[in-house]
Amino acid sequence: MMEIMEGSHAVAEIVKYCRPQVIAAYPITPQTHIVEALAQMVANCEIDAEYITVESEFSALSACLGASAAGSRVYSATTSQGLALMFEVCFNVAGMRQPVVMSIANRSLGAPLSIWNDQQDSISLRDSGWIQLYAEDNQEAADLHLIAYRVCEDHSVLLPAFVCFDGFILSHTYEPVDMPTQEEVDGYLPPFVPYQRLDAKDPLSMGMYATPEYYMEFRYEIDRAMQRAKQVLVRAGTEFSEQFGRDYTGLVEGYRLDGADTALVAMGSICGTVKDAVDEMRDAGKKVGLLKIRTFRPFPAPEIADALRDVGTVAVLDKNISLGNSGAVGTEVKAALYGSGIRVLDYIIGLGGRDVRKEDIAKIVDLAEKGEGDMFYGLRTEVL
Amino acid sequence: MTAEEWYRADRLPHIYCAGCGNGTVINCTLAAVEELGWRREETVFISGIGCSSRAPGYILTDSLHTTHGRALAFATGVKLANPGLNVVVFTGDGDLAAIGGNHFIHACRRNVDMTVVCMNNMIYGMTGGQGSPTTPPGAFSTTTPYGSGEPAFDLAELAIAAGANYVARWTSYHVKELVKAIAAGMRTPGLSFVEVMTQCPTNYGRHNRLRRVSDMIEYLRTHALLVQKKERLVQEGKTVPDEMFTVGELVRRNRPAMGVRR
Ligand SMILES: Cc1ncc(C[n+]2csc(CCOP(=O)(O)OP(=O)(O)O)c2C)c(N)n1
Repeated sequence: MMEIMEGSHAVAEIVKYCRPQVIAAYPITPQTHIVEALAQMVANCEIDAEYITVESEFSALSACLGASAAGSRVYSATTSQGLALMFEVCFNVAGMRQPVVMSIANRSLGAPLSIWNDQQDSISLRDSGWIQLYAEDNQEAADLHLIAYRVCEDHSVLLPAFVCFDGFILSHTYEPVDMPTQEEVDGYLPPFVPYQRLDAKDPLSMGMYATPEYYMEFRYEIDRAMQRAKQVLVRAGTEFSEQFGRDYTGLVEGYRLDGADTALVAMGSICGTVKDAVDEMRDAGKKVGLLKIRTFRPFPAPEIADALRDVGTVAVLDKNISLGNSGAVGTEVKAALYGSGIRVLDYIIGLGGRDVRKEDIAKIVDLAEKGEGDMFYGLRTEVL
Repeated sequence: MTAEEWYRADRLPHIYCAGCGNGTVINCTLAAVEELGWRREETVFISGIGCSSRAPGYILTDSLHTTHGRALAFATGVKLANPGLNVVVFTGDGDLAAIGGNHFIHACRRNVDMTVVCMNNMIYGMTGGQGSPTTPPGAFSTTTPYGSGEPAFDLAELAIAAGANYVARWTSYHVKELVKAIAAGMRTPGLSFVEVMTQCPTNYGRHNRLRRVSDMIEYLRTHALLVQKKERLVQEGKTVPDEMFTVGELVRRNRPAMGVRR
């Protein structure tokens, strides 16, 4: 049913329908509305789940790891400093192959302290073994949770996932969301069947010491599972499209790329702005398109190379900066297009909540066409 | 009072809601600083994250506004690097006892020479009123919509058990006593912990039938039990009501301390 919903409430509602058995979270702006809503639902017995008001994010994800190892479907949500505090546990969750699903209401990292949006938090955990999905709008933020549980719990994957959606820009914004019913969700997402779980009758140990003879193979297995996750994502997305009529078949999604000379590449809510900017530029006769990256991990390099094969110039918008190098998405898109002869330029934008408007997108396209890029865009040089 | 010189007027207006108790606590702390005759150049205020932790931003000295829960660890570093500094930490119940609980007990155990002022409003104020480790059983918050089902920490008792040299508790109603307690704590070598029960009308009072600021202050006043009175009740074999908390100087002792200026 179509409802006007705050992004956070759309996420909470869909998580409820996913029937998590254990939810553990620590409040942090702009994630709070999700977990407050879930606490309320649990208190109202709308979900048959334990809600643990843990004392930190470190405990939140640790409790989720424990509950998942014991055989439960689990959920958490965080952002920014909270995710940074989870760093150690993130690697453990992936290493122990627990299919934890966690929402990230993307926010910048301190210092200086900022509560506003960019994607530095989740991007900084790109090497931790978590699948990373980025939503453009509230509908996609909700839908990706269903897909995430399906994919993570698939026995050929068994990895955790971040469902990332931009803090405030989506989390605190009301948009129409087509919310499925419990029956529809049940039809798409079967109950969690653990591949292995802690069971006193059949004891096993997780997370034990691996000597140098074994450690690399463990890491290799995680990487292989990531690679397999691509097909599983495509399959889960295709079935989602068939059942719900919204298209998530691709790991990336092209917008007006046909005949484009210049392509923008972006992730998250900025894609909405870029689409409007592309429409205006197309109306003005400019051959511009967008490639939206929905799945950042596993990284869809061949899919990106394929989607961009006919363009001359690529402008990547990065809401993050790998300090001392450049934006993470730009770096990886360059690697994906290596040897293609396509010019790829990177633009660091929107850090710490700096607004990015349609005019900015048009200016970036102009810069890219002149070959000017690999830069911070929109700096206020007067305060430097 | 000269404490005015300690305020960063250019940071006003502050972020605190109307009726917030934090301003009272900052004011009392600066009054104690003044009583001790500390100088701005020798004093550093350190905090984590939260409404309470914003306090150093309004005070004109060096300050470190650090990460949620970690103020005491940062402060330990500052004090040991430069024992000549007067180190004061502003913290909240969530900052100190939830995410930073481990640092709290270890800073008390080491008895690092600093003054820790905790604004205990029984809630995570800054993030919108979720239950904290000091939310009283049965109290309403956005994560405990039918009342908290968990027992609460007694922060002062925790500090005593962990080894702090000076521990006192007052409320935002008891301003005179609070100034004296903070000053006494500042004079005591080792870790001084002053817990201030304070009002958060926006995120605590509103959900707990204490809608007006005066309701909350009245609640704090009537639930504060002077420690001497409590001891008398115990001696007389009378019961101390569960919902009361002790106020007064709870400990002053001379355990070995770290970072004391020689
Ligand atoms: C690692 C981390 N987790 C969560 C937060 C979000 N956060 C900011 S302030 C706060 C709680 C503040 O409560 P308290 O310490 O009691 O201070 P108050 O605002 O009530 O003064 C939380 C959870 C954060 N900044 N960092």
